[in-house]
Amino acid sequence: MEKTLRKDPAGKIGAAISACLIAALYIFLILLDNVLPANSFTLMLIPVLKKGAIYSLICVSMNLLNGFTGLFSLGQAGFLLVGAYAYSIFAIPADQHAAVYQYFDGGAIGFSIPEALSRLLGENAGNFVGAIICIIIAGLVAAAFAALIGVPVLRLKSDYLAIATLGFAEIIRAIFQWNGLGPVTNGSNMLRKYTNFSAIQIGNIKLATAFPFFISMICIGLIVLLIHSSYGRAFKAVRDDEVAAEAMGISLFKHKMLSFVISSFFAGVGGALLAMYQTTIQANAFKSAMTYEILLIVVIGGIGSISGSCIASFLYIACNEWWLRFLDSGSFFGISVPFFRDGFRKVVFSVLIMVIVLFFSRGIMGDKELSFAGMIRKHRNKTAEGGDGQ
Amino acid sequence: MSNFVQANLPYLLAGISVGGQYALIAIGYTMVYGILRLINFAHGDVFMVAGLVMVYTTTAMPMYLSIPLVIVATVVLGFLIERVAYKPLRSAPRMSVMISAIGVSYLLQNCALYFTGGLAQVYPTIPWLSNSVTIGSATTKVVTIVTPILTVVLVFALVLFIQKTKIGMAMRAVSKDFETSQLMGIKINSVISMTFVIGCFLAAIGSLLYFTNYPSVIPTSGSMPGLKAFVAAVFGGIGSIPGAVIGAFVIGICENIIKGLGSSWTIFSDAFTFVLLIVVLLVKPTGIFGEKATDKV
Amino acid sequence: MKKIFAIALAVVMVMALAVPAFAADEIVIGVFEPLSGDNGAGGKQETLGIQYANAETPTVEVDGVTYDVKLVVADNESSTDKAVSAATQLVAAGSSVVLGTYGSAVAIAGSDTFGDAGIPVIGVTCTNPQVTEGNEHYFRICFLDPFQGTVQANFAHDELGATKAYCLGQLGNDYDQGLINYFTQAAEALGMEVTAESFPEGNSDFTSYLTNAKNAGAEVIFAPCSISYAQLIVEQAASQGIDVPITAPDTWDSNVVMEAVQGTDLEVYCTTFYAEGGDPEFEEGFKEYLNSDSTALANNGGNDMIAAVSVMGYDAYYTALEAIKAAGSADPADVMAALPNVTYTGVSGAIAFDEIGDAIRDSAFIKQANTETGVWDFVAAQSVADAE
Repeated sequence: MEKTLRKDPAGKIGAAISACLIAALYIFLILLDNVLPANSFTLMLIPVLKKGAIYSLICVSMNLLNGFTGLFSLGQAGFLLVGAYAYSIFAIPADQHAAVYQYFDGGAIGFSIPEALSRLLGENAGNFVGAIICIIIAGLVAAAFAALIGVPVLRLKSDYLAIATLGFAEIIRAIFQWNGLGPVTNGSNMLRKYTNFSAIQIGNIKLATAFPFFISMICIGLIVLLIHSSYGRAFKAVRDDEVAAEAMGISLFKHKMLSFVISSFFAGVGGALLAMYQTTIQANAFKSAMTYEILLIVVIGGIGSISGSCIASFLYIACNEWWLRFLDSGSFFGISVPFFRDGFRKVVFSVLIMVIVLFFSRGIMGDKELSFAGMIRKHRNKTAEGGDGQ
Repeated sequence: MSNFVQANLPYLLAGISVGGQYALIAIGYTMVYGILRLINFAHGDVFMVAGLVMVYTTTAMPMYLSIPLVIVATVVLGFLIERVAYKPLRSAPRMSVMISAIGVSYLLQNCALYFTGGLAQVYPTIPWLSNSVTIGSATTKVVTIVTPILTVVLVFALVLFIQKTKIGMAMRAVSKDFETSQLMGIKINSVISMTFVIGCFLAAIGSLLYFTNYPSVIPTSGSMPGLKAFVAAVFGGIGSIPGAVIGAFVIGICENIIKGLGSSWTIFSDAFTFVLLIVVLLVKPTGIFGEKATDKV
Repeated sequence: MKKIFAIALAVVMVMALAVPAFAADEIVIGVFEPLSGDNGAGGKQETLGIQYANAETPTVEVDGVTYDVKLVVADNESSTDKAVSAATQLVAAGSSVVLGTYGSAVAIAGSDTFGDAGIPVIGVTCTNPQVTEGNEHYFRICFLDPFQGTVQANFAHDELGATKAYCLGQLGNDYDQGLINYFTQAAEALGMEVTAESFPEGNSDFTSYLTNAKNAGAEVIFAPCSISYAQLIVEQAASQGIDVPITAPDTWDSNVVMEAVQGTDLEVYCTTFYAEGGDPEFEEGFKEYLNSDSTALANNGGNDMIAAVSVMGYDAYYTALEAIKAAGSADPADVMAALPNVTYTGVSGAIAFDEIGDAIRDSAFIKQANTETGVWDFVAAQSVADAE
């Protein structure tokens, strides 16, 4: 993931390998959606891949705040909620409004961006561009909320910041469930029927799985670029020592705010993707437990490692939704195990998390990044050392 | 006037009762925070586990045995959590300890989910406490009246304990300055354990009262009361026991008044708590009774 | 250490790939039910009905070949955000048809996943109209909320003589809010005054809401909510000495609620799909089944009282078998094509589908909780004609 542009052959080779892998990944994803047969393996693989890609983005956005800027915020669920709602509100086709906003006389918003664009650009292109526009709106609305909240909250430190952001997430949830906003948010009822992944295609090629990867990868790429920029270094300086950073002329508030707003923007995008994935959303689901789940994934991956967050997201989602399901099913290879019943998977999970927190507090990647260039260099150094020894 | 009182007495009673129960949980938060500077996210879940233990023990033994057993089990649980999940991280950054606390909370909730099968468990009726009683216009349970009285008595006893005993003095010293008190020969670990023991003891009592009032235990029963109790602790000034108690009563009463305001407001009864938290943090970060501290904001 | 971790994960992965393999003579029926969470108690009882039916008739004959029917149960945790993955699990298990779910909100949330996979779903007790509206694959065998809400309002107005009603439901629950909505419409048409309030999820303190009801001068409290809240509401209403009748929809028809009501002075009514004593043969068999299996008995709430949702689950299973027979294959697409014309006379009455996929049902039963004996007493049967 890391871009190394030095005049070092390892960097070039690394970049080439990354590019090839990414290309191969997309080819695989497109094949998965269009050509490969639907059997029990691909049927489980597809949702895991989609959700994993979405969670990668969400976790990286949280990592930007917690791992790179040292702001312990627990408001992520609130921003996901804002993003998810902002996306779906603008993406419900007009003729579905009466059904969705059944208790609010069809709601206050009578249009849908993907639908309006479909009329202009044709259905597929309209859905594609419309979805992207709605996703960007989702990010912007979440960022605007963050900017509002950030002014008072970012003056607080560590655990006070954590509890205040947690509180804000709860307040946001209550506001979105308020019947007074019902014509827009549908009160506490579900939003549904909006444009989702299955509507995304180019020509006859379905992009249901490739699309979340595409959006996530662009966003994570932007975050990586940000971290390597001078702003990113300033964030890290704030994280490592606020006093020293301020002495070096870094405006604490400005950089904290910047990090908070940017992180929330991407959380909003993540929320929009999550809404597309789930096909229905409801404010009720965005509880503090969701933030904890994301935080734990970040910790498993390693606080301060982008690739760690991504790897951990895929592992977590795959285990949770797929590989460890057998723990709930009551039998293991046909042998019935009495304590394998509903909920056992979650117990195993939480024990695993505690083990990681207590004994492997650096997580999978620590604060290192996965990079092919780095691997090549390491390998070369190893062989070189071996050569010296003779 | 009397009409007004008649119509509103039930809200007030409910508020005072729930406030007393929050107070008993809040003390655990405020003491742990005062000493370790740790928001013990698992505390609310300890409260929930105490409720579940009661549900299961009463099926096997008479009430007069199960109540002491619940209290002992809760205290042991709190002690173990501290030893296993927090002690190894004593020198780690504060964020790691907090993550560990979140992890413990997640573990307790999931274990509860596993053992209960995800169904609401009916809390046993404790004789006398569950009886109905009529006060003026309001009919309520005896526990509603008992809670505030018991809370005040317990808090009074606790304040005496902290003021007069040696270990109480050690607690005060540790919360003032962790490192220096260590140098003065105070056994930090036993002081911290004692804090958890007291906090969990009060949480167990709180859970007996709370679940007698609202007799249904689910795995997430503890999280909302836990968060509100923490807000109460912040409101009163973290580290201050009377502050936490007053904060808890304020939150309990306000929340019930909001529920009484009418249909469009009930949704904000939980959010109100957090609005209060944020306002307090911004206006008077040390809370009403908190000592001046420099490292909070 | 990391290596061991990685190897362990790899092993788990390989196992996950290796496990699913279908036996050729097997037809899978998916059961999409909440087994935990707010609706867990009801979901478990509904699943019991399905499991009993499966134990009774574990095979189905299609084109002269006898297939074993295998039930695959997925827990949707009563939560709309868990619905998708639970539904995916059933799709991946190769379900020919899916039964479920208890609770309309989760049914709506999981609906698209089944729709995309082309698998038909038979809703057992999800009563919100939105479940079947605007899609081809969702069918249901129970009555609908507009009907139930009207029945409730008529009952409150005609039988209980109420002029003011207080409604209490959970925020964000389509089932609760939908019923309140239809109840209010019908009650206001009858000239009643309605106050509606909602409580947030996880709320356990209902004393203030009950005081609100009292202060509003309500003569009847209509509380469409899930069983776990019902239990708390009953408990607190009893200790507050609430003396107005409480009416509730089908969710309350459960022994969990009954236990809470028993020994109090409350007047509790509920509408339901089935009145006990309707089919003695079925009841005997089902009770025997419950008592023979301690897990089943525990899932039923510890005793052998028959919940209406179990009856509906039982009927849903047989309706699914009828559909598979009519389709002449286990292919989901064939079953879906066959379903609209399937008719079946079950324990809860005759089942046939209209053009939307809803059951053509014309009757609901109203029962009152007997606080002394701890059983539901039959009060009245209401039909559509009465309701309109």
